[in-house]
Amino acid sequence: MISKLTLAAATAAAACALPAMAQDPAHRPGEEAVEPYTVADANAGVAPFEGTAMLEAFNGREGSDRIVDGMLDRSVADPRIAEIFVATDMVRLRRTLKEQFCYILNGGCAYTGRSMRDAHDDIGLQPADMGALVEHLQDAMDAEGVPFRTQNRFLAKLAPMRRDVVTR
Amino acid sequence: MTYRAWALALSIAAVAGAAEAQSPIPDSRSGGKLLLTGGVSTIEGSGGGGLSTWATITGYGEEDGIGGNAHVTIVDLPDYQFRTAGLAVGLWDRVELSAARQEFDTGDTGALLGLGQGFTFTQDVIGVKVRLTGDAVYDQDTWLPQIAIGLQHKSNDQGAIIAAVGGQDDQGTDFYIAASKLSLAESMLVSGTVRWTNANQTGLLGFGGDANDDHEAQFEGSVGWLLSRNLVIGAEYRTKPDNLSFAGEDDWFDIYAAWAINKHVSVTAAWADLGSIATFEDQRGLYLSLQAGF
Repeated sequence: MISKLTLAAATAAAACALPAMAQDPAHRPGEEAVEPYTVADANAGVAPFEGTAMLEAFNGREGSDRIVDGMLDRSVADPRIAEIFVATDMVRLRRTLKEQFCYILNGGCAYTGRSMRDAHDDIGLQPADMGALVEHLQDAMDAEGVPFRTQNRFLAKLAPMRRDVVTR
Repeated sequence: MTYRAWALALSIAAVAGAAEAQSPIPDSRSGGKLLLTGGVSTIEGSGGGGLSTWATITGYGEEDGIGGNAHVTIVDLPDYQFRTAGLAVGLWDRVELSAARQEFDTGDTGALLGLGQGFTFTQDVIGVKVRLTGDAVYDQDTWLPQIAIGLQHKSNDQGAIIAAVGGQDDQGTDFYIAASKLSLAESMLVSGTVRWTNANQTGLLGFGGDANDDHEAQFEGSVGWLLSRNLVIGAEYRTKPDNLSFAGEDDWFDIYAAWAINKHVSVTAAWADLGSIATFEDQRGLYLSLQAGF
C-alpha cells in the first residue's frame, strides 16, 4: 500500500514537472521531454533501402548502432562542432538516430523521432557543421568496415536532409 | 545583487543565448566541403578537372566560408612543354575568381617552326564563375545538377606571331555554362560544359583565324569514379575549334587520377592526348598538377 502510494505520488510529481511527457508516446526514461509531435516513420525523411544487403554491410543492427555511437562520440570530441551538443539530450539523440539508421537500412525498426525539420529548426546548424558531421559518419563507417561504395549509397539517402538540417 | 537583479541578468543572458543560437548569419568557417568536392585546378585556372571546367566552386569553403588555392601544372609533350600556374578563390560556394599564367614552351620545336629555340607563348587567363543553382554533392534526391556560368578572358603575349599564322586576335573571351553532378549512389561524378569560344589551342595560338573567326559552341566533359574519399579516377574530353588553315586542331582527351592527401594538398596525374599542335602530330604525354590551398 505504501509503495503504491509512493509510486503514485512520484508519477504525479513527474507528470507535474514534465507535463509534455504524458503526451509523448515515444518518450523513454532518462530522456528530456520534447514538444508533442506525431510519431511516424515518415519523420525519418527518406524511404528505406530494399532487401537485406545494406543492413548486412553495416553488420546488422549492432553495427549500425555502433556507427551512430562512433559518429556522435567523434562529434562531441570535435572542437569545430562540440558546442552544438552541449544543450542536446544525447540519450534521446542516440536512440532516435539509431532508430533512423536502422529504419533506413531496412532493419525492421520503427522511427519514433521527430522530422529532420522539427529536430533541427532551433539549433542553427550551418553548412560547415553538416560537412563535419558527414566526415565523422564516414570515419565511423570506416571503423565498422563498411565498404566505401556502400557508405556512399547510405550517404545518398541522408544528403538531401541537409535542406532541413542546415538552417543558416 | 538583489534577487530581482539576478533574475533580470539571467533573463537577459538567456535571451542573448537564444538569439545567438538562432542568429541567421552563420559564422565564417573554412573547410566545410568534403574532400575533393571542390575539384582540382584546370589548365585555365578554374575549378574542375584538368582539361574541363566544372560547375563546382573551387576550394573547401561551403556557403558559410571561403576557400582558395594555388596550383602548378606541367604537361610534358613530345615536341612541346605546357606549364601553367595560378591562384583561385571560392567565395561562399557562390562565386569563383581565378587567375592563371600559361606558358607554351616550343623548346627545340621552336627552331623547326622558325620561331627560335625555346620560343614560348605566354597567356594570362582571368576567370569568373558563378553558381546559379543546385548542389552537386547534397542534392542526391534529384537529377538536377549544380549549374554555373562563367567567363575566361585570355590575353596572349605573341600577337605578331599569332597574326603571322592567320590568327585574328591576341585576346579573347570564352563564355561557358557548366553542369556537374555527383551520384553518391553510384560513387560517380559526371560533368559537362558548353563553351563559346574562338580560341586556337585554348588561346595559346591566339583567337579566331583565317578559316573561322566566330565564337562556336564547344563541349568539354568529365567522368570520375570515386575509389575512396581521397582518390578519384576518370577521363575527360574537350572539343576545340579549328580556325587556322596552317595547322589542324584536334580534340583533347585525358585519363586522370586525382589524389587529395588532405584538404590542403592534392596531386593530379594524367595521361593527356592533345593531338596535333601547330603541325606537330600526336602530342601525348604526362600531365602533372599540384594544388595547395584550403
